[in-house]
Amino acid sequence: MDYFRAHVLICGGTGCTSSHSPKIQQEFADQLEKNNISKEVKIVTTGCFGLCAQGPIVVVYPEGAMYTMVRVEDVKEIVEEHLVKGRLVRRLMAGDTEAEDTSKSLENVGFFKNQVRIALRNCGTINPENIDEYIAYDGYKALQMALTEMKPEDVIAEIKKSGLRGRGGAGFPTGLKWELTAKAEGDDKIIACNADEGDPGAFMDRSVLEGDPHSLIEAMIIAGYAIGANQGYIYVRAEYPIAVKRLNIAIEQAKDYGLLGKNILGTDFSFSLELRLGAGAFVCGEETALITSIEGKRGEPKPKPPFPAVRGLWQKPTLLNNVETYANIPIILTKGADWFTTIGSEKSKGTKVFAVGGKINNTGLVEVPIGTTLREVVYDIGGGIPNGKKFKAAQTGGPSGGCIPASLIDTPIDYETLKEIGSMMGSGGLIIMDEDNCMVDIAKFFLEFTVEESCGKCPPCRIGTKRMLEILERITGGKGEMEDIEKLEILSKNIISSALCGLGQSAPQPVLSTLRYFKDEYIAHVKDKKCPAGVCKSMMRYVIQADLCKSCGICAKNCPVGAITGEKKVPYVIDQDKCIKCGVCMEKCPFKAIFKNV
Amino acid sequence: MSSNCCACVDEKERKLQEIIEKYKNINGALIPVLHEAQDVYGYLPMSVQKKISEKMNIPLSEIYGVVTFYTQFSLKPKGKYKVSTCMGTACYVKGSNLILDKLKEKLGISVGDCSEDGRFSLEACRCIGACGLAPVIMINDDVYGKLSPDDIDKILDKYKDL
Ligand SMILES: Cc1cc2nc3c(=O)[nH]c(=O)nc-3n(C[C@H](O)[C@H](O)[C@H](O)COP(=O)(O)O)c2cc1C
Ligand code: SF4
Ligand code: SF4
Ligand code: FES
Ligand code: FES
Repeated sequence: MDYFRAHVLICGGTGCTSSHSPKIQQEFADQLEKNNISKEVKIVTTGCFGLCAQGPIVVVYPEGAMYTMVRVEDVKEIVEEHLVKGRLVRRLMAGDTEAEDTSKSLENVGFFKNQVRIALRNCGTINPENIDEYIAYDGYKALQMALTEMKPEDVIAEIKKSGLRGRGGAGFPTGLKWELTAKAEGDDKIIACNADEGDPGAFMDRSVLEGDPHSLIEAMIIAGYAIGANQGYIYVRAEYPIAVKRLNIAIEQAKDYGLLGKNILGTDFSFSLELRLGAGAFVCGEETALITSIEGKRGEPKPKPPFPAVRGLWQKPTLLNNVETYANIPIILTKGADWFTTIGSEKSKGTKVFAVGGKINNTGLVEVPIGTTLREVVYDIGGGIPNGKKFKAAQTGGPSGGCIPASLIDTPIDYETLKEIGSMMGSGGLIIMDEDNCMVDIAKFFLEFTVEESCGKCPPCRIGTKRMLEILERITGGKGEMEDIEKLEILSKNIISSALCGLGQSAPQPVLSTLRYFKDEYIAHVKDKKCPAGVCKSMMRYVIQADLCKSCGICAKNCPVGAITGEKKVPYVIDQDKCIKCGVCMEKCPFKAIFKNV
Repeated sequence: MSSNCCACVDEKERKLQEIIEKYKNINGALIPVLHEAQDVYGYLPMSVQKKISEKMNIPLSEIYGVVTFYTQFSLKPKGKYKVSTCMGTACYVKGSNLILDKLKEKLGISVGDCSEDGRFSLEACRCIGACGLAPVIMINDDVYGKLSPDDIDKILDKYKDL
């Protein structure tokens, strides 16, 4: 094996690829060549480090120095200074560069210091397109243990003991699900993975698929052995091309190594794995809909029971777990369930990955022990709210979830605690909102989403969510009445109790939770016809302040609808009935005489 | 129009035939076939759906039902440059609706439409997974992140004379 004195890890996740990491990589290759050190320094493309907003990310080992927001022009300096002369390029380094041991900058970045990386253990560390690197980090060791030292019942017992719960949202105990599927009648069983990641604004599963695809494959083979299945399917979003590519590469490599196919590792267990692409339907994340979609049909949900564990894909007992759930399996077997139970809260063991986004300084992926408080995530890891604004609320669980207001920022993040306060754990989307976000508008945003994504099979969801959206449009349009608020509450209760699947049953949650914590905002929209955050356009008025107006007429020239009139020496005025609130006049006025009144 | 030239029509048909052949023995092959057919034709007009129906022996009504159920399948042709604005939550709270308004204004088309010269089509999509860079848009495979409405002019200019 070749020996390299240094490694340059370059992030090849979606975030950094979008901010041109492939160009950075090419430049590194060129610069190493120019300096004649391409035989000593190895370039490795990795998955997401989690700090995508600071990307593109480059980490240089052995020092572990993390360079952020690297531009093509910076590469030459990193190569000549760091890799040739051994001097760190401090101006590009993340974290506390004043700290004593600046070299280990990865460890003194607050963002990483407070995380516990289990599901993401290999993301940003290994080259996801090289199975040998995965193996070097104990990859496929759990599979070997399972196949050669454990009976299927032992594997299930270990998972049960670990207390692992489903990371796809509902938190169902994973070991129990495995046991139910193992015991279900029928010889022909199926393992499936939910990689549909429908919550908009969440990309936890994507990072595992892109950064560590083998951990998912290994876990699915283990699951096949444990429940007695020989066929597996990964249902992945078509919107994730990099993930699809890496999964395909990983499956081929696993086949070449005899880890997929017939007689795995010389045992008599066989297992094969296929990818299936989604086609952009949120409801297909629901388990029964996902199954119908793999069967090649319209992805409409079915009533439960029967549960997939009893009758799933092609009527066969099917084990369906989420990507992150699977990513925990190999390490639970190698390190033991006892180790796993030391992490997390009393009722929920282990960690949860969150995609933290919105109005926060460090947007990115964060993995923390379950039970960590929202405050720690927002401030210690997330670095707080940008531009000195105030934290207003966080949304978890996406369109099925609810918000956590600032007053509850010390709530530990756990399945039960979040449910109690009207939100939910969800699959890991965590969107931070500040004082500039209007909560009624956010509720409307989520309802627009569910109305669009409702499959239309059952009337409460198809029609009920539409009615709710119409009411919200009235309220944000300045035409709401106090009864509307009551109607929203009644409609919500009816939809929750009568919709067929989880999509409809949870669709009213964002409305209910914003009503619970921000009712005053709804009332301001209805009674005072005001949007306190200044978001809802219909309530906004652009006005020209007479004493500042120099009658230059620039605003009138730029107004697309001719709403501004005036003449020389007389202040101009805006005809509010004509104005479409585009804001162009305010932008163009050279004397800053135009204001937005909320 | 290129779609009238019989050489490439044949070429596309041959590819479609290959795709159907490839999935012949696979359970639930319809969706993968539609994905690949859309890659070949750019969209899924009725004529293509009919061919798939005949060759796979699946009723046309069922195929149409599947095509209209999934948002990724399109019955209308797309522009040469497909502009998708992310309207996922992370992008929305950072003002992606302002970006979309600006795009509509600049391109003079609404969501789902294609400009008259066939150059641009405009779409709203849900999260492309680059939420760290919110708000983002995608033009074909290029991602532009951390945008403000003022950046749009410069970006669109790049595609003007291509
Ligand atoms: C409307 C709806 C959308 C869902 N979307 C997803 C999803 O994108 N990813 C996911 O893993 N689970 C999703 N789920 C949950 C799945 O139905 C299922 O519970 C989960 O995949 C089971 O895996 P787990 O036990 O490992 O969490 C969704 C559920 C509903 C009702
Ligand atoms: S609740 Fe909505 S998404 Fe679920 S089956 Fe009914 S209509 Fe379809
Ligand atoms: S906000 Fe727009 S429409 Fe209204 S007056 Fe100003 S330029 Fe005209
Ligand atoms: S994609 Fe590079 S850090 Fe997330
Ligand atoms: S929400 Fe826009 S990229 Fe995720």
